[in-house]
Amino acid sequence: MPETVSVKSAGVHRDRFAQLTVCIAAFLVCAAFVWILSDLVRGGMAHLSWNFLFDAPRDAGRAGGIGPILVSTVLVLLVALTVALPLGWMTAALLAEYVSADGTFGSAARYSLQMLAAVPSIVFGLFGNAFFSIYLGMGFSILSGGLTLACMLLPILVSTGEAGLRAVPDAYRLSAAALGMSRKATLLHLLLPAAAPSLAAGLLLGIGRAIAETAALLFTSGYVDRMPGSLLDSGRTLAIHIFDLSMNVSGGDASAHASALVLITALLLINIAAIRLTAGWQRRKIVSE
Amino acid sequence: MIWSRHNISSPSASADARMLWLLRGAAGTATALVLLIFLFLLVESWPALRHISIGRFLIDPSWNPGESMYKLTPMLSGTLYAAGGALLLATPLGIASALFIAYYASPRSASIYTRVVELLAGIPSVVYGFWGLTTLVPLINQLHPPGASLLAGILVLTLMILPTIALTAHAALFSVPPDYLRSAAALGISRWGMIRGVALPAAKTGIAAGIILAAGRAIGETMAVLMVTGNVVQHAASLFDPIRTLAANIALEMPYATGDHRAALFVSGLTLMLLVMMLWSLAAPLGRNRDA
Repeated sequence: MPETVSVKSAGVHRDRFAQLTVCIAAFLVCAAFVWILSDLVRGGMAHLSWNFLFDAPRDAGRAGGIGPILVSTVLVLLVALTVALPLGWMTAALLAEYVSADGTFGSAARYSLQMLAAVPSIVFGLFGNAFFSIYLGMGFSILSGGLTLACMLLPILVSTGEAGLRAVPDAYRLSAAALGMSRKATLLHLLLPAAAPSLAAGLLLGIGRAIAETAALLFTSGYVDRMPGSLLDSGRTLAIHIFDLSMNVSGGDASAHASALVLITALLLINIAAIRLTAGWQRRKIVSE
Repeated sequence: MIWSRHNISSPSASADARMLWLLRGAAGTATALVLLIFLFLLVESWPALRHISIGRFLIDPSWNPGESMYKLTPMLSGTLYAAGGALLLATPLGIASALFIAYYASPRSASIYTRVVELLAGIPSVVYGFWGLTTLVPLINQLHPPGASLLAGILVLTLMILPTIALTAHAALFSVPPDYLRSAAALGISRWGMIRGVALPAAKTGIAAGIILAAGRAIGETMAVLMVTGNVVQHAASLFDPIRTLAANIALEMPYATGDHRAALFVSGLTLMLLVMMLWSLAAPLGRNRDA
């Protein structure tokens, strides 16, 4: 019997080794995460204050704050959402409620949206520059940047919206039909509210993607760091501010650290809220079934 | 019941039809968008495609738009080296992360770890680039100057694509029928034997789809790579050489490019988009098979 014993102990050793490797890999990933976060917090804390959040940048951003930059970021985001939300959710409603998933239009729409999700952000930047800034004559402006971002957000909004609507039980639709409700009323007053958590999660994910975006905005919303006067002014978003400070401004690292900390904090809060929403929504769904 | 005219329960065929047309209009716009993007890239790169033969993008002596020399191959090789290196590192790490979540961690640490990976996915590329520039590049510089190098690009890209691989691999492992795993356990197979012999083969296509999607992301990534790779147009001879990728080239030269130069940048954008779409059409059928 000694042979079987040795085979078995080899198996145990391999098992141990695999477990060790997997745990080390997981540890490495966590360590990298903590490393990045602690670097940013350590570098940014000293420079961060209320004044930093509200003051205008001075001396190309080396001193002063990020007030106008936050305003531009919010404006770009608002433009993007104003366009992308109705378009995205209407598309989701059509795909989930009106056309069959395997039909010609349904599959074509899904195919092209998935393709859109795969397009690199720098390509969106090129397109936005050629189409919105030059062809439609918006120039380097918050409007042009926001519209470019809207194109990027569409796939996320459609896919989360569609998934949310499809998760609403069919009994809701049948009951509404039995009550004689029109399809419009069913959609507006029953299905969309029932899918609200999923729509909200998609919205949060979209906001997260939008404020993280740099490459698509470089040649659409531009670099100008003044307080924007209108949507046709150029405005610098927070992500571009970090890029500019770290690449083009020597001695801008302290401000860049603080700006990165602000951006990361906003994104962490948004992501945690989105994760909470989807988790809560899944739990409720399981309970109700 | 006259007030019920305004009530939601009054069925009205014309309102329904109007609604449907509105929805169709929106969905049509969303669907046509990808075609519009493609069209504009083509239109803008047309001057370059007409004046410059495709071959010159490959055989011109150098990339020097000022003297109308448009060699794209060093940037293509830079893109592929960086993406390839990142995939080599991120694939084992990502799959190990998925295995950790699915089979090794306790439920509590699995959920914490999943959260960490999701947050890693949410960090913007410009912050990865900034961190690479202020932390990784000086470290690599001590090892072997100049620091801003292919290696820095690979490391930053690894962190960026790892969540994609880990999360898709976990989804694929999660959808392996539990019967398979129970049968393996009933046969007395060790945990690693079960993972290698049952779980990984069953989740193979889903994991592959995730890796291909991650490759697409690595090829298209701009800001982080631009900030840490040094941006010298050359074929990298070693990991410590600076490189420039296609996407970084667009971001760097677009602000001042005019005429044929601008069109050549749109050609490289078109190349990027085609590369990513090719990868994506490889991955899409894999994902569909998994659902079936």
